[in-house]
Amino acid sequence: MVASTRNDAVDRLLAALPVGDTEGSARFAELGFPAQCDEDWRFTSVKPITELNFIAAEADPNVSLDGCMFAEIDGPKLVFVNGHFSKTLSAVSDLPEGVEVRNLSDGKCPVLGNGSDAFGALNVATFTDGPFISVAANVKLEIPVRVYYLSSGSEGATANVRGYIRVGAGGQLTVLECWEGANTGYFNNSVTELHAGDNARVEHVKFQDEHTGAFHVSALHTTMSRDACVAHHSIALGGRIARNNLRAHLNGTGIETVLNGLYLPRTGQLIDHHMVVDHAQPHSDSHEYFNGILDGDARAVFHGRIHVRKGAAKTDAKQTNKNLLLSDKATVDTKPQLEIYADDVKCTHGATIGQMNAEQIFYLRARGLDEETARRLIMHAFAGEIIERIQCITAREELDRLVWDRLEETSA
Amino acid sequence: MLEINNLQAGVEGRNILKGINLTVNAGEVHAIMGPNGSGKSTLAHVLAGREGYDISADQVSYEGHDLLELSPEERVREGFFLAFQYPIEIPGVNTTYFLRTAVNAVRAHHGKEELDAVDFLKLMRAKIELLELDESLLKRSVNEGFSGGEKKRAEILQMALLDPKFAVLDETDSGLDIDALKIVANGVNQLRREDNAQLVITHYQRLLDYIVPDYVHVLYDGRIVKSGPKELALELEEKGYDWITEEQTV
Repeated sequence: MVASTRNDAVDRLLAALPVGDTEGSARFAELGFPAQCDEDWRFTSVKPITELNFIAAEADPNVSLDGCMFAEIDGPKLVFVNGHFSKTLSAVSDLPEGVEVRNLSDGKCPVLGNGSDAFGALNVATFTDGPFISVAANVKLEIPVRVYYLSSGSEGATANVRGYIRVGAGGQLTVLECWEGANTGYFNNSVTELHAGDNARVEHVKFQDEHTGAFHVSALHTTMSRDACVAHHSIALGGRIARNNLRAHLNGTGIETVLNGLYLPRTGQLIDHHMVVDHAQPHSDSHEYFNGILDGDARAVFHGRIHVRKGAAKTDAKQTNKNLLLSDKATVDTKPQLEIYADDVKCTHGATIGQMNAEQIFYLRARGLDEETARRLIMHAFAGEIIERIQCITAREELDRLVWDRLEETSA
Repeated sequence: MLEINNLQAGVEGRNILKGINLTVNAGEVHAIMGPNGSGKSTLAHVLAGREGYDISADQVSYEGHDLLELSPEERVREGFFLAFQYPIEIPGVNTTYFLRTAVNAVRAHHGKEELDAVDFLKLMRAKIELLELDESLLKRSVNEGFSGGEKKRAEILQMALLDPKFAVLDETDSGLDIDALKIVANGVNQLRREDNAQLVITHYQRLLDYIVPDYVHVLYDGRIVKSGPKELALELEEKGYDWITEEQTV
């Protein structure tokens, strides 16, 4: 019964969206929507997504960037509205030599991966457009490139977007990605590829503030070469179901990568981060830091797999997941998973789930702070641990203020 | 300043304080000594307003207030201060920000203007010199990664900033070497005035060589069983607590 509902949803979805790649659609039809017996989806049911009345999200000229994050930052920006490129809202002039910033469908499309899972296959089959950002070898772009994904659709409006980012050897790039939407019930499914060459430095910030009644599935596939240094920050606030598939492939030696995330779901929301960090070569480091603050009956999932292949000696892989529950009804599923096939490696993982620390609150009150201020200070500190790791100062400060405001609104 | 009559406190049906009587006047320093488990830290926590105790008392009056009716933060704003035996680490909360928030909470209560970052820094610089604290500590998270001695000195720094009328020092000497002890004691002594008072809780007489009390009380099994001048501390050092406990059983 459940399976047939899921198959029906696949058919309805493929009928509603223009299919550009029939191999992808065949793969999606074969895989179907994931069920909870699939280990990678054990804690997250996509049933509410399968029940949507899918329609293709349409371009909308009436959407503006007013009030969006990172609006005060100068520099290139690519804006997609309901999965369609908005030329009027975007700005890509005056780029230095060796830097290309455009929408994917405007020009040569690079060879894209097959997206690996069902949502990836759906994306391959039906994506409309997405950002293309390329930085040539040894070009250091100091100014961040902003990518906006704005949604104005409602019930069942579905957009598939595809991003492609590559940074050549010795290059440098910062990308600020921002997801915002106005109505309930829309569905965004995105896949972004990020390729960092030898000794490239990349910072990728994803700020996800979708409507709390919307659905968001996104994947970031990162490949890294020798001595690359890549940091991804996931600041996840929105979505009724928000699933983030993070795949990091450490294909060289001397790589340093950080996956850093903060999630603040409230009543009715589920925010899921699902990571696979794949150490294929020796002497590389990966650090995952994820903190969550959950309010009401919110749910969160942290699933982090570290895979150390044979021969990837001297790997240093760290993983921590800390959760602060503000309510008795909030739930967290946290699942660290280590698969180690090499000798002489250092892998650590740790997870905590707890309520506000009474000792800390008493200590702050014993210094004259009222209880509410004490609680907010501790919450803010918990979130601050993650935000502090963002290197791009303007983005960090803006996110810090926004998160502080959001925490002000919680039930403390 | 502080008057305690028949203070009793327990946890989960177990009595810890069994009728404390104590009067402290402005300008005085009192020491409370006692063996482990006698109730010293419970007394400090109950006075500071920690939750989780069943408390009864005929009277605990502090500066005209019923102390037990005040929340922990109201006590602090009215000039009460507890230096913790085990200061709490709060990762992610910047020490300077925390201290300024605390100072401003007290100032606001007294209708004084809040200090801005610049004025606060001036105030703080003057105080950290007194305690020979490394200024870099103030950029770190509250107590996080501080050594034992740094934590205790940071407590006294907080005391200096909040300028309390009545301070309780709970085993401030524990875990300090002699040099750190002298610095801490010197800091405390400089805060001593005619219009304030201190209650020094300690297991050892050693601290009282440097913070010289006017009165010494011996706490044993939840009661003050002996009080006397500062020489009582020396007697305890010489004879140990057995002398008191034997006297009690007799």
